[in-house]
Amino acid sequence: MTGSSTVLAAEFPPSVEDFYLPSILPWNAHDSYWFTKVTALVWVAAAIIIIFFLVSYRKPQLVPTKKQWLAESAYGFVRNNIAVEMIGPRGVAFAPYLTTLFAFVLVNNFFGIVPLIQISPNSHIAFPAILAVISYVMFIAVGIRHHGFFKYFKNALIPPAPWFILPLLIPIEFFSNFLVRPFSLAVRLFANMFAGHMLLLVFTLGGFAMINANAWLAPVSVVSWIMTIALTFLEFLVICLQAYVFTVLTASYVQGALADEH
Amino acid sequence: MLNSLTLLAAEAGEESTHNPIIPIWQEIVVGTVAFALLCFVLMKFVFPQMEKTFRARVDAIEGGIKRAEAAQAEANELLEQYRAQLAEARTEAARIRDEARADAEGIRSDVLAKAREESDRIINAGREQLATQRESIVRELRSEVGTLAVDLASKIVGESLADEARNRGTVDRFINELGAGTGGR
Repeated sequence: MTGSSTVLAAEFPPSVEDFYLPSILPWNAHDSYWFTKVTALVWVAAAIIIIFFLVSYRKPQLVPTKKQWLAESAYGFVRNNIAVEMIGPRGVAFAPYLTTLFAFVLVNNFFGIVPLIQISPNSHIAFPAILAVISYVMFIAVGIRHHGFFKYFKNALIPPAPWFILPLLIPIEFFSNFLVRPFSLAVRLFANMFAGHMLLLVFTLGGFAMINANAWLAPVSVVSWIMTIALTFLEFLVICLQAYVFTVLTASYVQGALADEH
Repeated sequence: MLNSLTLLAAEAGEESTHNPIIPIWQEIVVGTVAFALLCFVLMKFVFPQMEKTFRARVDAIEGGIKRAEAAQAEANELLEQYRAQLAEARTEAARIRDEARADAEGIRSDVLAKAREESDRIINAGREQLATQRESIVRELRSEVGTLAVDLASKIVGESLADEARNRGTVDRFINELGAGTGGR
């Protein structure tokens, strides 16, 4: 199969290995991860966000300029539509972190469909895992600080139910609140980005594979590439949605930790 | 799944295989540092600034409304004040006009009175002068009539009336008669 692949130097059924590109520095090494396309993209994402916000908010004015308005509406969206809506008036304090999280996830996701880049760092589980761990630690810390250690865990673990059902409910609560949450958060984002990249790979490489296998299959290849474009639009939807979902779930966990009643 | 992946990887001739669900620790380090940097910059320098701007904007709008209300009230007050002043000025002007009219009237009557006085004085002076002149003329005439009469009489009567004492008595009588004649007329 490798021999027949003349148009593109990638094998057709795309594998997990397609997500682990050789490193940039040292060039083409397969077991070095410090400076790869993916880590470079993470730095680029951080730089893009920092530069965008610093430049557009260098001289804030009461009557905003176009750029300032853009930065403000990004922050205002997360602040009002996620933080305040989910957590309430106390949510304003969490708005800066949630906005940072949202921007970071969104830009990193967006690399998945940018032509010539087309891989999202979030398709490597390390990055969603970091964010999920931060969210996890944050909501537990917020709960402990708000209620006190024991009262928080009592609130979180013991639902208002008849006593005889509690032995069943407490493990379920523990499982869902303290074990599954970080995993579901991380895996949801990772899997979406992973699958999206995989889909684009399948249709792009599939087109090449067919045209290489038989010239008569060229029209099918074209259809396959058109599908790639269509899926890119679908991916755009997924990208925005997943960034939003990650932020909303984090806000919702914080809200749950702050809630007085179960 | 894992088996098939390893199989695929082996088929592709890769020297190492990756499990996508197991994070690479180098990436965790890189991601943590990058995200921490991002959080630090944004949460320290950008978003507090934005909150401040939002608050300033709210203040500006509310303050603007308050300022506008104050300005409106002040304008109304000034308008009232101007109206009062205008009314005052109008009455003042009317008063001044009345005063001026009264003054003019007084001055006119003064001037008239003075003129009348002056004319009276002139008339009186003329009358007096006429009277004195008349008197002097009368006196002159009286003496002249005397001599004329004496002359005429002496011419008529001649030398007989040369006696002074008689002469004087006749003349005096004549004149008295003349005076009585004029007075009776």
